[in-house]
This record gives sequence, structure tokens and C-alpha cells, in this order.
Amino acid sequence: MSERCAVIGIGQTVAKSKREDVSIAGLVREAAVMALEDAGLSFADIDAVVVGKAPDMFEGVMMPELYLAAALGAVGKPMFRVHTAGSVGGSTAIVAAHLVASGIHQRVLTVAFEKQSDSDAMWALSVPQPFSSPLLAGAGGYFAPIIRAYMHRSGAPRDTGMKVAVKDRLHALKNPYAHLHLPDISLKMVEDSIMLWDPLHYLEACPSSDGAAAMIIGSEKAAAQATSDTGRPPAWIHGMAMRSEPTMFAGRDQVNPQAGRDCAADLYRQAGISDPRADFDMAEVYVPFSWYEPMWLENLGFCAEGDGWKLTEAGATSMIEGGDIPWNCSGGVLSSNPIGASGMLRFLETALQVRGMAGEHQVADARRALGQAYGGGSQFFAMWVVAADKP
Amino acid sequence: MSGFPELTSGHRPVGVVSFAQYDNVRREDAHNEVEMLMPVVAEVFGSIGITKDDVGFICSGSTDYLVGGPFSFVTALDAVGVWPPRAESHVEMDGAWALYEAWVLLQEGEIDAALVYCFGRSSPGDLSEIMALQLDPYYMAPLWPDPTSLAALQAQALIDSGRASESDFAAIASRARRSALANPKAQLAYDRSPEELLGEDYEVAPLRRHALPPLTDGCAAVVLAAGDRAYELCERPAFITGIDHRIETHAIGARDLTRSPSTQLAGEKAGVATKKVDQAELHAPYAHQEMILVDALNLSDDVALSPSGGALAANPMMSAGLIRIGESARAIWSGQADRAVAHATSGPCLQQNLVCVLEGV
Repeated sequence: MSERCAVIGIGQTVAKSKREDVSIAGLVREAAVMALEDAGLSFADIDAVVVGKAPDMFEGVMMPELYLAAALGAVGKPMFRVHTAGSVGGSTAIVAAHLVASGIHQRVLTVAFEKQSDSDAMWALSVPQPFSSPLLAGAGGYFAPIIRAYMHRSGAPRDTGMKVAVKDRLHALKNPYAHLHLPDISLKMVEDSIMLWDPLHYLEACPSSDGAAAMIIGSEKAAAQATSDTGRPPAWIHGMAMRSEPTMFAGRDQVNPQAGRDCAADLYRQAGISDPRADFDMAEVYVPFSWYEPMWLENLGFCAEGDGWKLTEAGATSMIEGGDIPWNCSGGVLSSNPIGASGMLRFLETALQVRGMAGEHQVADARRALGQAYGGGSQFFAMWVVAADKP
Repeated sequence: MSGFPELTSGHRPVGVVSFAQYDNVRREDAHNEVEMLMPVVAEVFGSIGITKDDVGFICSGSTDYLVGGPFSFVTALDAVGVWPPRAESHVEMDGAWALYEAWVLLQEGEIDAALVYCFGRSSPGDLSEIMALQLDPYYMAPLWPDPTSLAALQAQALIDSGRASESDFAAIASRARRSALANPKAQLAYDRSPEELLGEDYEVAPLRRHALPPLTDGCAAVVLAAGDRAYELCERPAFITGIDHRIETHAIGARDLTRSPSTQLAGEKAGVATKKVDQAELHAPYAHQEMILVDALNLSDDVALSPSGGALAANPMMSAGLIRIGESARAIWSGQADRAVAHATSGPCLQQNLVCVLEGV
């Protein structure tokens, strides 16, 4: 008895290293007000608010949604807080959409954010815990050995990651909200940047950003109303899925996790996708470290296992090179990384694309798009499919 | 099978069919969060003869600040063992809200059962310092107000309003701890008169020691099942006939602390007043908060209040709310109640509240 639902409003802040001009409340409100304006609504029209962010230690505020209730117009309404590691921005949008799909609410505001400059993510990731070794290396150090395993397994050449790093930064030049704008980006510049975690150079890693993302999820009726009020089309949600697997066990395939493959299979079943590369016009996929593009191309079934790097090398994922399946036209996580919001930005960008509102980084006639977010040690996945047409 | 209670139109009947909780203790030194959850998850499944493979969704509630490290829910998931991979989510909220998320998903009809669990240990840190970090980071947290001091402001406001006295708080504490004598999971139970309790010193005036919750390490789990599946797993499922939650502003200076409009609204939306209520499990960590909640829910004198002893008998963070729902369900299963109200709270001075109405057929 799932009801149709759609993205009817979108807002995002410019991502920056430090947003010292606003409080946390100011940051989230900026994105929320923009989404309301896009949908032709005010806070009074919203039935419920769903907030997502990554670990609270990233700002040093425990359960900050409590303090944000008034800033997000939630007083007197249901307010909900999701936290599923790096996938949280995606899962938050999914939780919000289910509130509408279940028929409980008509219009739900969902907001995700991170204000990394208020604390130190590297510290927050490395707090010593009893009986476990501290992750002093940070996320890049965790993922580098997995990437090396991928290279070994697939025989990918060493420059594939650097190619992704250049491609996503060239895409970011077309997105005014992106944190990194590096007009001189080149393979040589990436290669000349310092080696952080072999094979990842500095420029193959995501930045640390302050930023927020917001969407209004509406019912079929709310979508019709928004379109008649604003003239802007909705992005219809055709499928949503989440999957988790254990962090550690003997035999776990961390290069091509089962949870990611299962999540995609469930999603494609819901959305009627049989050939992802042909059926999607674009995708926004969580690539915080360059090599995760070829790895997720395989995990998401855009090509056979072991062939992901070939698509990247051939320019298939580049809108600059006219690739058939452009990935991360916004610049992706490699260009903006307000961690808690990074997953929602992927979902939000797919909605912008199928609404034809992505501006300079718009893919011509994008009708159907895939949004993906992952988190933890790639054991948490959240995905959705949005399209210009009703399901 | 004996049918379903009347529901809001369009809603699918979803019932609580299993509940388990850890022995609530002051300090669990021997086991970490995963080790505490493992027997609870085993019991919540085992007591109804199912396994993790029989639920279509898993949702948990916890907060990193109690553990003192990021992603505390990540390893907790090992207590379930999600292999092959599972649809799973987590809220940085009490488990009662995790149950709400699972209930929403069950409404859509794709799945028939879900596991909800939550955990919270107060012992690894200083709870009065930790909870101060939950406050507005710019104007409140730098002053480090502890939760008992904030609750004392609320209690004093209630006294000043003329609607309560310190004797009322003592009577509530006395009744709760006496009820708790019959609850094998209670951490703090005793038979002491209100007069005797009034002889205690103030912790923070006007709150004496008896008006405060104990510090608790604990965890809990619930299985929800929809439609006929509920009857396959439970003779008399505790069906959720209404569930709603609401939040108020965080700024306590902008609130009338003697009232709980969010509880009142959630109670109205959940349909508390539509029929007779047999009992109410209220998540009132401080004794005076029970009076505010009873007012907000407009409960009559014949409603049995927190027969388990409530949060005054055991107050595991992020779990005491879900435990209220579990205890209410238990009363329905046993026939002790036909209609029960469960309540959960979060934030300083009852900022956020959830109300769940459970009915047996």
C-alpha cells in the first residue's frame, strides 16, 4: 500500500572549509529555507522533520537535532534523527520518504549536515576504545588496502584513480555549490600531490567541508500542488533500499561487498532496472576516494566484475568527455564533503537532474538517475532511483 | 486468531509480539554493549521461536556520547549478526523512536516483522557532564547545566504553579519503588513511606534523592509483527492502535516547564482518550515529571501508573522509552490490561515525547 512520493523541493548550502559566518542552526536553516522556497512552501506546511548527520563528535554536540528543533520549524511536530555512518544522508532521505510512502504524512522536510570545522573529524574517528586498536589512520588509511586489493584483483592501471580525481574536479567547476574549484586540475597535478595512503594521493581524497542539504518529500497530491504553484516538476521516487552487513568476519569481501550488491538488486527490482548502464541517464555515487568509482561501477552492476576501471579509463563516466553514463556531475564527494550531508547531496543531485534543474552540470534530457551512499567500512548502503516520470 | 482492534483508516495492524531486556544494573563492568545485547536479542527471538532470518527490517537506537566513541551502533549490530546482509537502520534516539521507524515501514506492507533494539550504559562516563553536551552548544552547554539541575528548575516551577508539592513527589517515588518490588528487572525497588522519603536530603532543591532516577546500564529489544503474522507469533499481540511523537523548542526559557504540550498533542494524535485506559507506562525519569505527563495525557485516577516502577526503578539511557512499550505489551499479553499507554521522552525537561497506545483483542 505504498503511496507515490516525490522530491518537490531542494536546497543546499555552498560547501566550504569553514562556515564561520553561521551557527549550526544557521547552516541547516539556510538549506531548509531554500528547499521550502523551491517547493513554494513555508515551515507551516511541513508535517514532520527528519534530520541526519554523521557522528555527533564531528561537531561536539550530542543529539544536536534537539537544539535545532526551532531553527527547522519542528516545534509541535514530529522530529526524527537518523545516524547510519557515512550513508546517513541517503538513509535520512529514505526514512523521510517512507513517512510519505506509508501515507502518514503529506510533506516532510529532511535535512542533513556536517559542520566539520566546529571539531576535528580525525580526532573523533580516533578516540581510543577499550580492547580495540585505534583507527589512527582515518578513513583513507582504512580504505587504501582495500583499494590495493581491488587493483591486484582487477589488474587496473595505477592512473585510474587519478583520472577520477581529475574528472570529478572538472565536473565541480560546473557546480557553484561545490567546495573545491580547481580550474588547473590535471593528472600531473594529482600525481605531484603528496602520497597519503598508497595508492591515494592527496588530491584523490575528499575535502573536509561545512555544509547542509535539504529536501522536501511530498505525496502525489503535494507534488501536483507544488508544480502548479511553482511551475517546477517533481522528481518521482521509483525505489529505495538500505542494506547492512557485519564490519568484520572471515571471508568478507570488502572490495565488492555483498550488502552493496543486494541493495542494488532490491532497488533495481523495485524500479524495474535490468541494465543499469543503459537504463540510467546519470548517477551520483559516494566516491570519497578516487578508486571507489571503478569499484562501485562493478558493485552497482554497471559492468562485469573487474571491468569498472575500463569504463573510467574510456571516459564513460565523464560528462566532459561525453560519456554515456556520467557519474557525479556535481563533482561528487571528492569535491564537497560535509560528511553527514554527503549522502543526501548524492540523492539531491539525482533529483535536480531529473527535474532539469542542475544548471551547468545538467545532463541533457536526464529522465532517470541513481543515487547511492555508503558508510562505515563499506558495510552500510543506501540507494534510490528518481525519475521525471511517475512510477 | 481473533481479529484486530479498530485502527485509524488505512493503517495496518502491527503488534508487539516479543520483548526482552537486560538486567538493569548500576554498573556492567564485565560485558560491553555487544555482549549485553547478545542474550537480549537471543531471548527476544528465542521466546517466540524465530531467528534474525524471519524479520524484514532491523532498527536500533543509541547515542555515541554514552560510549565515548563514534559509530557505537556499528559494532552493536554484531549482536544480531547481519549475514546475509539485511535492511537495517539506526536512530540517534531512544529505542521507542526506532520502533516508530519500524512501524512506519511495516505500514507499507512489504515486510511482516521487524526487530527493534537499543542500548545505553551510564557507567562509563559522568552522565551529568555528558548530558550537558546535549544542550544548545552556544548558549547552554558552556555553562554545563546537569540534567538534575534542569529538572529541579522544572519541579520548582511546578510547585510555584500551585499544582504540586514535595510530598506529591515523595508519594510518586514511594509508589513507583513499591511497584518495582514485583519487577524482577528493576534496579531500585523498596517499600518506604513518603514521610520517610521526605527525610532525605536535597540533591538539587526541591528534588530529594528519591525523586531522581537511578543510573543504569541496560538494553532492550522488541519484535513487531503485522497482520496475521502477529497471531502466528503471539497468542494475544499488543496491537499499536496509535503512535505519534512531537517536539518542543529546546530553549527551556521559552517553554512553560510545568506543561507538556508535545505529550498532549502526541496523545491526542495517538487516540489515548478515545477509549478507557487500563494502565500507562510513563517515561518520567524525575518523579515530578509523572504529574506533568498525567496532566498532558488527561489520565483519570483509575489508570494504573507505571506498574513496572517506570524510569524511577531503572533508567537505561536510550532504552527506558522502548522498555515502557515492552512493559505495556507484556501487560496486554498477560491479560492484566486490555488497553495500555506507553510513553517515551528525550531532551531536557521532557522536550520531546512519544505516545504509543497498545490494545489486545
